[in-house]
Amino acid sequence: MMKYLALFRIRFSNSLQYRAAAAAGMVTQFAWGFMEIFAFRAFYRANPSAFPMEFSQVASYIWIQQAFLAIFMVWFYENEIFEAISNGAIAYELVRPMDLYNRWFAQSVANRMARAILRSLPILLVACLVPPPLRISLPASGLQFALFSLSFFLSLGVVVAYTMIVYVITFFTLSPVGIRIIAAMLADFLAGAILPLPFFPDRARAVAELLPFAAMQNMPLRIYTGHISGVEALGGIGLQVFWFMVLLLLGRLMMKRALRKVVVQGG
Amino acid sequence: MIRVQSLNKTFRVAQRQAGLAEAVKALFSREYSTIQALKDVSFSIQEGEMVGYIGPNGAGKSTTIKIMCGILHPDSGTCEINGRIPWRDRKNHVATIGVVFGQRSQLWWDVPVIDSFKLLKDIYGVGEQVYRRNLDELVELLGISELLVKPTRSLSLGQRMRCELAASLLHQPRILFLDEPTIGLDAVSKIAVRQFMKKLNQERGTTVILTTHDMQDIEVLAERIILIGRGQILLDGSLSELKRRSTALKTITMEYRGDVPRLGPGMKLVDSREGRLVLELDPAMCSASEAISALAAQVEVLDLSISGVSAEEMVASLYQEYKI
Repeated sequence: MMKYLALFRIRFSNSLQYRAAAAAGMVTQFAWGFMEIFAFRAFYRANPSAFPMEFSQVASYIWIQQAFLAIFMVWFYENEIFEAISNGAIAYELVRPMDLYNRWFAQSVANRMARAILRSLPILLVACLVPPPLRISLPASGLQFALFSLSFFLSLGVVVAYTMIVYVITFFTLSPVGIRIIAAMLADFLAGAILPLPFFPDRARAVAELLPFAAMQNMPLRIYTGHISGVEALGGIGLQVFWFMVLLLLGRLMMKRALRKVVVQGG
Repeated sequence: MIRVQSLNKTFRVAQRQAGLAEAVKALFSREYSTIQALKDVSFSIQEGEMVGYIGPNGAGKSTTIKIMCGILHPDSGTCEINGRIPWRDRKNHVATIGVVFGQRSQLWWDVPVIDSFKLLKDIYGVGEQVYRRNLDELVELLGISELLVKPTRSLSLGQRMRCELAASLLHQPRILFLDEPTIGLDAVSKIAVRQFMKKLNQERGTTVILTTHDMQDIEVLAERIILIGRGQILLDGSLSELKRRSTALKTITMEYRGDVPRLGPGMKLVDSREGRLVLELDPAMCSASEAISALAAQVEVLDLSISGVSAEEMVASLYQEYKI
């Protein structure tokens, strides 16, 4: 365990030093966040009763999503891992007395958390200061916040376990370009990154809510806004635990197979 | 302690002809060719040995090293190192070996070297005291005390390689694998790296297996060399043995004053310029001392050197002999 913590530490401190990247990311996220909120506002002005979520809930959904983008979004891949696989640097990772799956998992979680910490505070601060209809609201109760926190970390687990499968597939395809785009697009759409799941047509929504993608940002964001609460939230967290275990096992199994066949690139 | 027996390994490589049309065709069907990287490779290495593993590019050196490090699974054959099969028991096996891949880096690019060392300490679970002692010793031997606080990206190749060596030895491995450790280094760094490896082998008794294209490395370091070509072991023996085997001729280079001397039996002229003579000597027909006195009797010798065949020439002639 010590070794994975040590790896977490070095990855974390390594990521913390990229301040310019964080600043640039933040600007993008402000722009994107405001744009989304204004677009929703225009729809809500036309007919506030036609939508499945209240406008204040949508505003909170978007702010939390933008603040913790690095936690929720599949496309924050670890480029180092892709590179290690396609140029053969993985050789050095395999001569360490460590489990490669755990190693990459720890590294990914560290990187995502470091990036999220740098970006979330300024975004949340602004989200609290903007005028009321756009402002972020706090969770309804302490309990709701606790459920959100739990769901938040589970969604991080699900996202990382999902990306691990993408990395392992790269062992076989060598070029990560195709698979990483497909995997990220699918997840973006079905996890409610573009449009929250409640806005989906009923049938599509019923299916989407059972998929592993629903266990990503969809769950913590809807719990935060109070759109899902109480027993329903517990059920949602159960679904997250289920998908986390499934993806974890699948990823480990695939990794084991891949390492047996692996060809380390380069001389 | 290292026993490798009948290792075989093949790779399947997708190939296509040049050109756009071929590239489009490759989208639908690919042609594969099989490359036999290792063919029935066997050898064994005792504790404390220092072995040079040589062969031209693509001969199978790195593949063998990677199998011994537990990274690759062979198609067939066995390999046992300290009683373990590397790829079956990878985690326990790699804890007892050190590896340096000369063409890659194991240090974290953007953080100070010492942070990478600390991470390795935790990864290998090295105790604080042992780590301190090892670190102090390695830092002194390799002269890297000023480099520790610098980020890896700011180091020159020679500086980095010394840090890489230290990094791979912090956990006191019993075996050290070096895959082209001197590639791209300048003369001073090469010598420093060689001296260090020699010391490591002699004082700590670490078994060292190195692959290289630099014959100077072999000449200075390896008591034993294993030659591999096209996936097969071609030769396994001591360097001096091989030298005797490959050719017995010696070269005499002489600067002199006086007329061009007459050459006795066993001496063959290679090059003669004003005041300078290069000749080949066959010791079976004429010993070195006889040759020298014969020459000295005729002219005033200003400078004279006798050399056997260099490792470089020897290996080149071996490559030719085996057509690899």
